[in-house]
Amino acid sequence: MRRYILKRLAQAIAVLWAAYTLSFILLSVLPGDAIRNRINAPDSLMTPQQAQTLLEYYGSNRPLIEQYVRDLWGLFTGDLGYSITNGGRVWGLLTLNLPATAKLAGLGLVIGLVFAVIVALLINYAKFGWLKDVFSFLPALSTSVPIFVIGIIVLNVFAFDLHWIPPVDNHTFTALIAPAATVGLVVSGPLAQVLSNSIRLTRSQPFVHVMHAKGAGEGYIFRKDILRNSLLPILTLLGLTIGELLAGAVVTESVYARAGLGQLIVTSVNTQDLPVVQGIVLLTTAIYVTVNFITDIVYPFIDPRIALDEKTTRAARTRRLAAAEGLGGDLVEAADLFEKRAPVEVARS
Amino acid sequence: MTLTNESAPGSVDGTGGEHLLVVENLNVAYKVHRRLRPTLHDISFSIAPGEVIALVGESGSGKTTTGHAILGLLPENGQVTGGRITFRDQVLTELSPKGWRSLRGRAVSLIPQDPTVSLDPLRRVGEQVEDTLSLHSNLDAAQRRRQVHELFETVGFRDVELRYRQYPHELSGGMKQRVLIASAIAGEPDLIIADEPTSGLDATVQKQVLDLIDDLRRRNRTAVVLVTHDLGVAADRADRIGVMEHGRLVEVGTPEQIFDSPQHPYTRRLVGAVPSRSAVPVRDVAAVGRREPVITVTDLHKSYGGTDAVAGTSFEVHRGETFSIVGESGSGKSTTARVLVGLTEATSGSVSVLGKDITRLDRRGYRPLRQDIQIVYQNPYSSFDPRFDVFDVVEEPLRAFQPPQLPWKRKKANRDRIVAALEAAALPPSFADRHPAELSGGQRQRVAIARALVVEPKILVLDEPISALDVSVAAQILQLLENLQRERGLTYVFISHDLAVVRAISDHVAVMQNGRIVEQGAVDDVFSRPSSPYTQKLLAAIAGRKLVHL
Repeated sequence: MRRYILKRLAQAIAVLWAAYTLSFILLSVLPGDAIRNRINAPDSLMTPQQAQTLLEYYGSNRPLIEQYVRDLWGLFTGDLGYSITNGGRVWGLLTLNLPATAKLAGLGLVIGLVFAVIVALLINYAKFGWLKDVFSFLPALSTSVPIFVIGIIVLNVFAFDLHWIPPVDNHTFTALIAPAATVGLVVSGPLAQVLSNSIRLTRSQPFVHVMHAKGAGEGYIFRKDILRNSLLPILTLLGLTIGELLAGAVVTESVYARAGLGQLIVTSVNTQDLPVVQGIVLLTTAIYVTVNFITDIVYPFIDPRIALDEKTTRAARTRRLAAAEGLGGDLVEAADLFEKRAPVEVARS
Repeated sequence: MTLTNESAPGSVDGTGGEHLLVVENLNVAYKVHRRLRPTLHDISFSIAPGEVIALVGESGSGKTTTGHAILGLLPENGQVTGGRITFRDQVLTELSPKGWRSLRGRAVSLIPQDPTVSLDPLRRVGEQVEDTLSLHSNLDAAQRRRQVHELFETVGFRDVELRYRQYPHELSGGMKQRVLIASAIAGEPDLIIADEPTSGLDATVQKQVLDLIDDLRRRNRTAVVLVTHDLGVAADRADRIGVMEHGRLVEVGTPEQIFDSPQHPYTRRLVGAVPSRSAVPVRDVAAVGRREPVITVTDLHKSYGGTDAVAGTSFEVHRGETFSIVGESGSGKSTTARVLVGLTEATSGSVSVLGKDITRLDRRGYRPLRQDIQIVYQNPYSSFDPRFDVFDVVEEPLRAFQPPQLPWKRKKANRDRIVAALEAAALPPSFADRHPAELSGGQRQRVAIARALVVEPKILVLDEPISALDVSVAAQILQLLENLQRERGLTYVFISHDLAVVRAISDHVAVMQNGRIVEQGAVDDVFSRPSSPYTQKLLAAIAGRKLVHL
């Protein structure tokens, strides 16, 4: 167990490094330079000396590799640097914007899960055939409509027509509901799809037949067997969903004009504010890696067939797929849905 | 029980005595594409308390559907379209869902087919036995647990508290089936539906499980409906046997009546297909022994990560003979087969095939030999590329030995050989254009044989080639193999856990246990004068001994 955690930690650091390096390269090859833009701006009142000091400070006249090594070293000493556009500490900008996005993503996840569970239950347990068909159609619908379309529709109907919610963020809980529901609706698609398929597959397992033969009713069987067995694939999907939530936050925050990491990354990319973009990439990567690490740790507690020692970890992943039995395709499908729509890949690195 | 048999031998109605369960003119249909397809036609039989009635028949004959109808557990698209089932004074066919729930597990219970998938993998096995008690009794948690301990003792577990806390994956197949039996008897039912309770188990384990069921029903006068495709099991365990064909119960009678004077033509065919009952040409084992060996294995070891799957086996296979390797799962028989066909490398020892030492050959080095030695698996379908039609499947081994060329040219050139191979496997040439998914199990196995024959090999390794097939289909495949051997002088290495089949077709036999050969020799010697205790145990466990007169 300890070795497993250490190994995963080393992997996490490697992923963080790769994300950092990749975004560094991508942003460096972009034409233009934030510092020169600032110096050469028509309203800039900088003297040539000041301009020189600025260039020296950021080192943007140095070779690229030197900048990279310097930034990386700064990273190890806990220094993310300063924003180029507004001069604030990057760390400060992140901590300032994180809570808003965390609230949005957190509530979005809760709404998405609740929605997914309801839809999956209705698909599997609804009494009338036509009702099942209607609900079976929902996950695909919610995943195929782009997030900004859903956002704009919700905004128009509930804010402008019905005046139920404020059209801009006024830091109340009511203002959070609509954007969170928007994100939640989008992530609920794949979750509902996978959950309903996994409930369906679990219900067709021979051990469920045996439960019926013991005289158990649907409710009893759901509580005892179906719930836990169908949660296994959802847990794996949850790791991916976190990335999706953060990516969704970028669009949602733009549509609803909310402050947050999403807004921050949009402005930073536009102004090529390299240190801020790097900071956000690192933060989101860290969140992503952490969530996936936690799901891996939680797995053996739900599935006794998986043991976390060094010998079995590799087998564990295969086992997990086997446990989902036939759900492999659905997971791939769900992952494909993510891939297709992910609006800003930076957020997921 | 006997009373029923004596008063009305072979009677479909099983009149006389008290009745526990009466099935009258039962009709069941499945809804397929909005149309009802009748599956069971006018099934009528009855069971007295403590009686065992076996329902035998091939797959699709409706025996499992009958069992499920008695439990009210037909699949969603199945429905009872006529007749009735009466259990004591309750008419089951008129029962509400709630009525069914209170009956199942308490009065009528199920021992399912495949123990490996019949337990929830995420719950402790003790809790799963406890389900029956929580559903049907007012016992508190501690009393339930104590009861489960007692049930576990009844089914032969020793360390009951440990077993209670274990998960299914920590138990063997036989132990899982014991857990399921404990769960089936927890409600002290009057009737148990045992649906192929031992089909996935090794012979010795099968015997233990069947003995256990026997013992329980004697003790509690529980009646058992034993659904099985294994005539041997039915002959050994049942008071009466019902033979089913195409959804009809064609004949009911005592085992003696069914096997010694079968009335219905289908029964006759079924009984005739039992391996050692079919006419087997007497083999001249001595003559075989004088021929030159084509496979020589000396002190073969194969270990996987420190554990020995094969631990020092030595044997010789002679040209034109059938050499069988028998053993239970995990005995190393399939690993031996894999070494012979070069799918895995030996750890030590020496193996020579057709005079060529293959011990140190990797897959590439082994390749030329594949023209001469081919393998046929138990489940051919999973060894077919799903995109291939039968033509492609059979062509596959040929292609490995041909220079790359344009597909249509190659197919044209190979056509004759493929048709010849299909015909050798007794399949019409038109099958070439069909897809394996459309074929039945027996036809697929023929395709697999055709695929092996297409390169005209000298040796065929047959790894459980008939275990997944119905008895009459299996008999046809064995006949086919027999003919091919006679016509082409093929040498067979036959891997099987089925001793009755081995006895019927082999010249020499090796018995494996824990990676070692515990006994080998001419088939008659091994079967009539077994020297190793393990062989004796295996022979004793064969179902249907009275049937095959071993």
